[in-house]
Amino acid sequence: MTDPTTTDNTDALKATPLNALHRAHGARMVPFAGYEMPVQFPAGIMKEHAQTRNAAGLFDVSHMGQAILRGPDPEAAIETLVPGNIAGLKTDRMRYTQLTNVKGGILDDLMVTRRADHLFLVVNAACKDDDIAHIRSGLPAGHEVEVLDRGLLALQGPQAAAVLSRLIGSAEGDAVAQMPFMSCRDSAFDGVEVLISRCGYTGEDGYELSVPSDKAAGIAERLLDQPEVEPIGLGARDSLRLEAGLCLYGHDIDTTTTPIEADLAWSIGKRRREEGGFPGASVIQQQLRDGAPRRRVGIRPEGRAPAREGAVIVDENGAEIGRVTSGGFGPTVQAPVAMGYVAAGHDAPGTRIGLVVRGKTVPATIAALPFVPQNYFRSAAGSKT
Amino acid sequence: MSKTYFTEDHEWVSVDGDIGTVGITDFAQQQLGDVVFVELPEVGKSLDKGAEVAVVESVKAASEIYMPVAGEVTEANDALADDPSTVNSDPTGAGWFMKIKIADTGALDGLMDEKAYEAFVEGLD
Repeated sequence: MTDPTTTDNTDALKATPLNALHRAHGARMVPFAGYEMPVQFPAGIMKEHAQTRNAAGLFDVSHMGQAILRGPDPEAAIETLVPGNIAGLKTDRMRYTQLTNVKGGILDDLMVTRRADHLFLVVNAACKDDDIAHIRSGLPAGHEVEVLDRGLLALQGPQAAAVLSRLIGSAEGDAVAQMPFMSCRDSAFDGVEVLISRCGYTGEDGYELSVPSDKAAGIAERLLDQPEVEPIGLGARDSLRLEAGLCLYGHDIDTTTTPIEADLAWSIGKRRREEGGFPGASVIQQQLRDGAPRRRVGIRPEGRAPAREGAVIVDENGAEIGRVTSGGFGPTVQAPVAMGYVAAGHDAPGTRIGLVVRGKTVPATIAALPFVPQNYFRSAAGSKT
Repeated sequence: MSKTYFTEDHEWVSVDGDIGTVGITDFAQQQLGDVVFVELPEVGKSLDKGAEVAVVESVKAASEIYMPVAGEVTEANDALADDPSTVNSDPTGAGWFMKIKIADTGALDGLMDEKAYEAFVEGLD
């Protein structure tokens, strides 16, 4: 048997503030984006996945990059680098956007939160050094980026709000439970100042907590002490986000894919579409007008054999029309699921395609994303970003 | 009385006469995690030692299963198609993959016995 966990890349890995806690919980640790990270806990990926869908899971995402962008007009400054409508964000609201290059390709995807006098950025672990250098070099004079050395915890699942509001307690706990999706709030957890964002990467309701590094393990332990919460590794994080139809940088999106090809046009507001003013705007505007040559789609293979990243996608005549960029087994769907790019004209849900898996063509169908309905929190007021 | 041999690729083969039953070890199933699909071998195929004969897929990854010794595939465990998780719950019992007719039982001497395999696995960490 080939060992899927074998790796020789164990030198000089960085540790997150939760490293010892992961080990204490029996995690299997693997190298990921320069960090030693838990891929799974003793429960296993299937149970961890179900735990997050049904109750609450705690993820260590401290490997991701956190930074603050300051200056006289941080919203206008970041808009020179991303197509998202950041100036249109209200204070303490956040948005998903991308750093683009001059060809409209994606250098990274990121979350941008508008604070009273600065922007709070969260970028991917593998890209963070390049992202920070790129942002710094592109900023107008007077703006600066401060990289934060903080822990980041994600509490995800339908019980996340109940757990967090109970631990925080009183009126503040109630306020945390009522936070709109894609908003943030300065709060306190056991006397520790934390920045709570209602967002995540699982398709479920949940939060991300930016916490001081030296307090991260203590906060994580308090959360894990709750009966609804279990620790979740990167394996289930990947299967959850795949079912939720969310992109993984370096796989579903990269410098060769534009936000339009990646089916992320929803993340580009009307004003930015019209005005442009971000790298690759002409390419992206042209694709918005005329359509992109290819598009990211959901794929449902027939049978039980998963199709993995790199599998060739063919049309009904056997001609190559694209490639799978993420694929595996969807524990909630209870069937294999995949995402990939197909040439324009083959992207309608229901289109019959084939996937070449180990030399054999497996029949499959283009499917609407997400594979599992998203359960993001909608406040009583129906507030929506 | 059957005897069980082990490979460095974490397959076991339990031998009765010249018929071997092949599966993956408990260590292997733990490493793989939740098994969601098994691509079973074609019955009637003759393969060399080390040839890819089947594929086991976990949530995360696909792994090949290799022939522990040269031989012909005489039977595949079709029950795994309906319940691949049997590989996790009973890897050395109901989770077997296939039966093979061993070309040369003398070749089994090149494999590890249970004690040697346990020592081999200990040395992996």
